[in-house]
Amino acid sequence: MSLFGWLDKYVKGTSLTSEAIRRLLRDNFAMVSLLIIVTYVGIAFAVYFHWIGVEWQTEIDTSRAAPNLAKDWRYWLGTDLFGRSVTSKVLQGTYTAMYVGVVTSLISLAIGVVLGALGGYFGGWIDDVITWLYTMISNIPDILLLVAISFALGKGINAVIIALGVTGWVSICRLVRAEFLKHKNRDYVQAAAALGVGHTRRIFLHIIPNVFHIIIISFSLRFVTAIKSEPVLTYLGLGAQSGTASWGLMIDDAKGELVQGVWWGLAGATVGMFFICLAFSLFADALRDAVDPKLRT
Amino acid sequence: MAAYILRRLLYAIPIILGTTLVLFVIFNVVPGDPALQLAGKHPSPEVLASIRAELGLDKSLPQQYLTLLKQLVTFDFGRSYATKQRIMDMLWEGAGPSLSLAAPAYFLATITSILIGMFVAFYRGTLVDRGIVALCVAGQSVSVLVYILTGQYFLSYRAGLFPISGYDPSWDGRWAYLILPGIIFIILSLAPSIRFYRTIILDEVYQDYVRTARAKGLGERNVMLKHVLKNAMIPIITDLVINIPFLILGALLLEGFFGIPGLGDLIVRAIRDTDRPVLVAITVLGTVTFVVFNIISDILYAIVDPRVQLR
Repeated sequence: MSLFGWLDKYVKGTSLTSEAIRRLLRDNFAMVSLLIIVTYVGIAFAVYFHWIGVEWQTEIDTSRAAPNLAKDWRYWLGTDLFGRSVTSKVLQGTYTAMYVGVVTSLISLAIGVVLGALGGYFGGWIDDVITWLYTMISNIPDILLLVAISFALGKGINAVIIALGVTGWVSICRLVRAEFLKHKNRDYVQAAAALGVGHTRRIFLHIIPNVFHIIIISFSLRFVTAIKSEPVLTYLGLGAQSGTASWGLMIDDAKGELVQGVWWGLAGATVGMFFICLAFSLFADALRDAVDPKLRT
Repeated sequence: MAAYILRRLLYAIPIILGTTLVLFVIFNVVPGDPALQLAGKHPSPEVLASIRAELGLDKSLPQQYLTLLKQLVTFDFGRSYATKQRIMDMLWEGAGPSLSLAAPAYFLATITSILIGMFVAFYRGTLVDRGIVALCVAGQSVSVLVYILTGQYFLSYRAGLFPISGYDPSWDGRWAYLILPGIIFIILSLAPSIRFYRTIILDEVYQDYVRTARAKGLGERNVMLKHVLKNAMIPIITDLVINIPFLILGALLLEGFFGIPGLGDLIVRAIRDTDRPVLVAITVLGTVTFVVFNIISDILYAIVDPRVQLR
C-alpha cells in the first residue's frame, strides 16, 4: 500500500528520470525519508530566520532541570548546565547540523564533480594530474587527513566544514570520472559535437544530467558522514566552540552530565541526529534502487 | 609472480613520496607560519625565532620537505614539543596499549560480523535479513560518542561491571580495563561490517558456480560453507589486511574516553596541546604504514585469487 503512489500520474514521460521518480513515489520508506528531510530543512530555515529557537541562550529554569511536560514546549527536554532549554538547543542544533551537512557536501560535490568531469572528459595530462591527486589523498587514512587539515585550519565550525569538504571529494570524483569516461564517446555527445556544441556545454548540459543520480546519492552519503563527524571533531576540540549550539557540543557536554543523572541533553541531540541520518541513508539506498536498470519491473 | 611483487613494492615509493608531499603541504604551507600557532598570543620575536629554529622552520620549504623525508627514513622525528620526549619512544610506548585493545576486539568483531553476514545472506530477502540490515542502518545513524557514553554510563557507572576509565600497563592487569572499550569497539564495528560482509557474500551467492552446486544436489548449508565462504574469503582477507594499520593507530575515541595511553590517545593529546611534531610524525608514519599494507593486500590478493592476471 503505497502512500504517495497516487502522485505518479503527474509524472509524465518515458524518460529514465520519470521512471525513477515514479518508482521512488511508490517506495514508502523513500517518501517518508524525503518528508523527514524536508521537515528538517524547514526547521533549519525557521531557525535561520529567527522564527523559532532564537532564545536558546536565555536561562529559563534552574541548571540541569529534568524534563517537565507540564509546562510549554521549551521545558519538555529539560535544561542544560546553564539552565538553557534543551529543546531550543536541539532546534538550533538542527540548523547547525543542516548547515554543516549541506555546505560540506556541496564543497565535496563541487570539487569532486568538476575534477571528475574534467579528468574523465579531457583525458591526457589533466586526467593524469587529477588521478595522481586523488590517489595520493585516498592513500592517506581519513582520520589522519582530517586531523591534519583541521589542525592546519584551526578551530570553529567553518574550519570543520572546509576540512570535511576537502577530505570527502575523492569518492565522488572517482564515480563522476568513470561516468564521463563512459559517456564521452556516446552517440548523443558526438551528435552534440557535430552540431557545434562546445566542450563546456557538452560537459554541463549534456553529460552531467546523466550523472545527476550519482551526484544526489553521493550528496546524501556525504551529508550523513559530515553530520556524524562533527561531534567527533568537537570532542577533539576542533569543531564548534561554546558560543554556537550544535548536537556535537551537546553530546560532548553529556560527558560531565551523565554522572549527575542528566540524560536529556544527550537524548535530544541523539534523537535529532538519528532521524536525519536514517532518512538520508534510506533515501540514498532507495534512490540507488530506483535508478538501477537491473531492477526494472 | 616475483616480478609482480617487486613492481608493487616499488610502486609504493612514488605513493609514499606523493602522500608525504601532500601532508607536508597541509602541515607547513596551509597554516601560514606554524611558529605562530605554537607561540601563543603576543609572542616576542625572540620566542618566535627560537621556535622556528627548534622545529627547523627557518630553512627553505624544499629543505624542510627533505628533512621530513630524512626523518621518515631514519625513524627519528625528534622530540615532542609539549613533553620533550623522543617521539619514537612515545610511539613505541603507545603501540602496546593500542594493539592490546584493538587486535583482540577486531578479531572477535570480524568473526562475529562474518558469521552474522553469512546468516543474513543465507536468509536473504526474508524479514530476518531485512530486519537486521535495517537495524544496522539505524545503528549507523547514531554518533559513535553516544555509544561510548551510554556504554560507560550503564555498564561502568550504574552496573559497576567495569572500571570507568584508566589503564594498568602490566600484562595481566590491563585486560580488566580493556574489556568495556573492547565490547564497545565490537558493537561499533558490527553495523558497517555486517553490511559489508553481507554484500561480499551475496555477490558470490548469485554466481553461476553456486547454482551449479545446488543443481548437483548440495544442501544450502554445504553450498554456503564449502563454496561461497571460500571464495568470499578472498576479498574479506584483503580487506582485513588493509585494516591492520588502523589497529595500530588505535581507536582514537575509545582511547580518549577510557584513558588508555595508546597511539589514538597520543593523537588526541597532541591536538589538545597543539603538539605539531607529534602530529606530523603520527600522520606521516600512519600514512606510510597504510600504503605499505595496501600494497601487501594487493600482493596477497594476487597470490590467493587464481583468476587475477598479473600485469
